[in-house]
Amino acid sequence: MTPKNIIFAIVAVGLLIIAPLGQGNYITYVLCSWLLFSIAAMGLNLTLGYAGQVSLAQASFMGIGAYITALMTLNGIHWILAMPCAVAATFFVGLVLGYPALRVQHHFLAFVTLAFNTLVFLAFRNEEWLTGGSFGLVGMPRPDFWVFSTMKQLPFYYFTLVCFLISAAAFWWIVHSPWGRAFKALRENPIRANSVGVDTRRMTLLAFAIGSAFGGLAGALMTPLVQFIEPGSFALVHSLKLLLMVVVGGAGFFFGPILGAAIVILMPEVLRFTEGYYLIIYALLVIVLMVYSPTGLMGLGGKVITRFRPQREVRKDMVQGAQL
Amino acid sequence: MSETILSVRNVSKNFGGIQAVREVSFDVKRGEVLGLIGPNGSGKSTLFNCVLGQLKPSSGEVHVNGRNVAGMRACDLNKLGVGRTFQQLSVFPQMSVIDNIILAGQEHHGTMLSRLFGPSDAGLTAEAEQMIAFFRLSHLRDELAGSLSYGQQKLVDAAMAFMAGPSLVLLDEPAGGVNLTMLGNLKERLKTYNESHDTTFVVIEHNMEFVMSLCSRIVVLAEGAIIAEGTPDEIRNNQQVIDAYLGG
Ligand SMILES: Nc1ncnc2c1ncn2[C@@H]1O[C@H](COP(=O)(O)OP(=O)(O)O)[C@@H](O)[C@H]1O
Ligand SMILES: [Mg+2]
Repeated sequence: MTPKNIIFAIVAVGLLIIAPLGQGNYITYVLCSWLLFSIAAMGLNLTLGYAGQVSLAQASFMGIGAYITALMTLNGIHWILAMPCAVAATFFVGLVLGYPALRVQHHFLAFVTLAFNTLVFLAFRNEEWLTGGSFGLVGMPRPDFWVFSTMKQLPFYYFTLVCFLISAAAFWWIVHSPWGRAFKALRENPIRANSVGVDTRRMTLLAFAIGSAFGGLAGALMTPLVQFIEPGSFALVHSLKLLLMVVVGGAGFFFGPILGAAIVILMPEVLRFTEGYYLIIYALLVIVLMVYSPTGLMGLGGKVITRFRPQREVRKDMVQGAQL
Repeated sequence: MSETILSVRNVSKNFGGIQAVREVSFDVKRGEVLGLIGPNGSGKSTLFNCVLGQLKPSSGEVHVNGRNVAGMRACDLNKLGVGRTFQQLSVFPQMSVIDNIILAGQEHHGTMLSRLFGPSDAGLTAEAEQMIAFFRLSHLRDELAGSLSYGQQKLVDAAMAFMAGPSLVLLDEPAGGVNLTMLGNLKERLKTYNESHDTTFVVIEHNMEFVMSLCSRIVVLAEGAIIAEGTPDEIRNNQQVIDAYLGG
């Protein structure tokens, strides 16, 4: 980390600490929801943005994490024990979902993961004995940590913030480690990566597993935040929403999904005054952004900076992968 | 000099109706620099890909250090000490030059866990910098590899093949698009490596000057089959080769 990065990180954390002060319960709730969706979107960013593997199943991992946490905490097990179970379970399910990615890519992979999300949704809805079916599960407690109770909205925000900061640090570490380099290599040119010793099969599976585990953690936070979960919260449309967060924010950028989650979660609040036109305006903004800057808001920021300080760009005339 | 490091035995490869490689057999001894030449479409790249686990031969066997490597994945072959370059540009365009080179070495250092928890450069920055200095790319250290010119990207590609200290390197048209000075430099690097590390090379190249002065032995392919094999002098004077490839 450069000194500039450290100062930026301190300022950002400071802002996150003071953000909910003096705000009502609802705003604090929206902020919590932003942080936890950021965690899930960060995971998807690893799978999609860094490793280049399309996934339309991130919401189902949030769901698996949320249901595991709900069932365990309803049975009197503390959140601090339930959460690791949720993370571990989603890690392994994610690993299994990675197998199709070894065979198919791009839109075919999108369909496989889409089918998986639907399957998980149906399991939540139909296995009433376990999940409560369409009625879902209610009354999950918020965790106490000795004297620190997260019952109230503000303490819960700080609890979520701590989880968010740990996730962000872990994510930062992963993408800056040799693993991160191997993930990017997988996205850029898998054949070349394989020929310089990157075990592309293992890295593909790991990209899914780790990305899904972030989703599992987000789910583990959603359960005590909402205290009511139902299958509809983890349907395909929510996976698309997470995809939107990553793409709008900027896939493959550290801050992309955090920014994207802010837009997707906060935009409805900001555009509330437009009433029925909200979705139309929203869709238009996304289309304009994608046309002008396919790399999302982070890419847009980059474009503005290059206006003033021209940098080198990848040459479009010579980008061709290793052909056999 | 007598130990066989690479042995290709009766390798054939069909793409549907096209027989790209037909019953090709040859041996490469440790420390040798073998040239592989032939007209475009004669199956040279396909043969490389069969040797390197990128394609599965339709029939035949490939042995590296006496070990049958049929069906072995490219990454495992690379860990056995086999490096390569591709005919087409194949760098990682959105990564910096130094990251490209570090990547090519990192999987040979430490364990899976040390690559997650250890230093972000896997301790390879100094070594990678030496490598790019040798290829005279130091001024481009932090540029995106995809922003480099064609010749520069070819050099990054070659540098990657050397990064893991391989004992056998297969180069597919390394000189294409590389300027004359750099070409001499590349030849010198191959020679140095060959002498100091006893590294074995198989080189596909259309630049005859480059092939003739570098290689100790040459195999000529035409329409997927070997039509001649011998020293540069023998090849230069072989009538069949002149007809099929060198031309008048
Ligand atoms: N993946 C492929 N699918 C179908 N045909 C191929 C493929 N790769 C190579 N070929 C064919 O095999 C033949 C040999 O190609 P190649 O090995 O690239 O030749 P060279 O490298 O000697 O120029 C050509 O006729 C080419 O069209
Ligand atoms: Mg070729």
